[in-house]
Amino acid sequence: MHAVSRGYRVFQTVNAVILTGVVVVTLYPFINIIARSFSAESQIRAGEVNLWPKGFNLTTYKIIATDGMFWRNYGNTVLYTVVGTAVAMALTTVYAYVLSKKDLKGRGVLIGIAVFTMFFSGGLIPNYVLISSLGMKNSLWAIVVPNAISVFNLLVMKAFFESLPSELEEAAQIDGLSTYGILFRIVLPLSKAVIATMTLFYAVSFWNSWFSAFLYLDKAELLPVTVYLRNLIAGASGGVSAGADTEQLSQVAANIQSVTIVLTALPILCVYPFVQRYFVSGVMLGAVKG
Amino acid sequence: MTGEVKHSSPARPDRPPPPAGKHPSGRRTWRQSLRRDWQLYSLAVLPVTFFLVFRYLPMIGNVIAFRRFQPGGSVLGEHWVGLRYVQMFLEDPTFWQVFRNTLWIGLLTLAFCFPIPIVLALLLNEVRTRALKRFVQSVSYLPHFLSVVIVAGMTMQMLSGDGPVNHALTYLGHDKISFLQEAGWFRTVYVSSEIWQTAGWGTILYLAALTTIDQDLYEAARIDGANRWQQMWHVTLPGIRPTMITLLILNIGAFMAVGFEKIMLLYNPLTYSTGDVVSTYLYRTGIESNSFSYAAAIGLFEAVIGLVLITTANRLSRRTVGTSLW
Repeated sequence: MHAVSRGYRVFQTVNAVILTGVVVVTLYPFINIIARSFSAESQIRAGEVNLWPKGFNLTTYKIIATDGMFWRNYGNTVLYTVVGTAVAMALTTVYAYVLSKKDLKGRGVLIGIAVFTMFFSGGLIPNYVLISSLGMKNSLWAIVVPNAISVFNLLVMKAFFESLPSELEEAAQIDGLSTYGILFRIVLPLSKAVIATMTLFYAVSFWNSWFSAFLYLDKAELLPVTVYLRNLIAGASGGVSAGADTEQLSQVAANIQSVTIVLTALPILCVYPFVQRYFVSGVMLGAVKG
Repeated sequence: MTGEVKHSSPARPDRPPPPAGKHPSGRRTWRQSLRRDWQLYSLAVLPVTFFLVFRYLPMIGNVIAFRRFQPGGSVLGEHWVGLRYVQMFLEDPTFWQVFRNTLWIGLLTLAFCFPIPIVLALLLNEVRTRALKRFVQSVSYLPHFLSVVIVAGMTMQMLSGDGPVNHALTYLGHDKISFLQEAGWFRTVYVSSEIWQTAGWGTILYLAALTTIDQDLYEAARIDGANRWQQMWHVTLPGIRPTMITLLILNIGAFMAVGFEKIMLLYNPLTYSTGDVVSTYLYRTGIESNSFSYAAAIGLFEAVIGLVLITTANRLSRRTVGTSLW
């Protein structure tokens, strides 16, 4: 790095330009959607909204704010995320702990059971038939249970548990703690970092998921907000039911997708700056073990 | 908890520490293991049940591809029909069209979504200003965290008649293009949105791999007179090769299932001719038209091809470059 050649300086400049381009291309759609969501219908239709709202307008936000179904679906998303994450964390943590015990007889089989499912799966139709015949359609369980363990998360946690010093557990064992006791009193308190990261992984994936709900839930009042949004963009529903006049209706038609997108993405966008580094470290931890 | 401890204490002398408690032969029998580790096994009961019921049962459920299924009837179908459904889809022209579309979209995705993160990671790696580097990374990861529904919605808004892309086109004196209604545009739209969503996140593993490259190697290369380009070619790229191969194998394994959810959200009857892939066709025939057995046959075909692809890629890479997933 001592002698900086002329060619390298040119490269650095070009590189900076390219990366700035990447940032702009990535951020532009976000800014544009936010600007649209606050803009007036006439200016949206004329294609004039770019980075800044034109003809500031809150009509659609107000109408959505009073739309019972939107909030119901929003609440469902919160519910599915909380229950789903809790169930997934419980199952993933205990299984990862079991798999981290190197001298456990049958460990290879237990790992194989999980890993094989990364490469081969039953497919959509048998899954659909299974969920239907278990009577889980139109219930929270159709969303939560079939997605309870992500093998990737499982392997990350297993790698983390394996990296804990085994002397600690042996000492606890000598002091008379049972396996359950060791897990809950020694291992879990030492694993706050990985637990937090995996909780985030699951929470984001449950928050973002739509297909299970789309497949297994038929009743509008059970849907998560992602399916509400999907129905909007597929044109399958008008979205807003309340009695609005024509002017309001055309305003809503023009930017309801933008408003819904902004509201659905909002929680993620708000926590993103704070949690992003945990994701990165979690993925890297997973990468170590392939 | 205390009761638990007391209860299991008779088994205590049989446990580690050190090898004293092991079976004379050095390996424990199942009986000993169960007694010693019954608590661990008990923890595994629910997760194993989960895998058996929600992952392996559906695999067995694929037998309905060879049996006639009637909604409301037996889950595994009523009676054997052999390869009837396989023959049906092999003779179905729509199937071959969606198969071609799958190959096209899969190849395009592989051609763009695999190398772009590598290039981006190499460029990021050359940034000397830490703050700038971190800023670019944070921004480029962001789309990965959004629901595919949101990404599809944003794609539609960007490309709509009154969206910024068409605005720019008219500004440049071009006619508006209805990107989402024209079959000829579907692949471009899909692959672009896929790049937008995944490119930044894809750099993470490469950046991690880059930090593990021994700096002495660069030093040595410089002494040998290598310029920056040669250093990249002979030091950096070999350094991240295992990561590249691993991700390539995984990408190939996901080939058949290309972007199912996003295609479901982006396509419409007008773009079926280029956008309809095996998994979306399977969804429509199976779930919407209730031809469960027929769709299961297609799904099984898809899964088997996926398995063959990933094992072949894995074997090839183990033979040729010595890196493999397993």
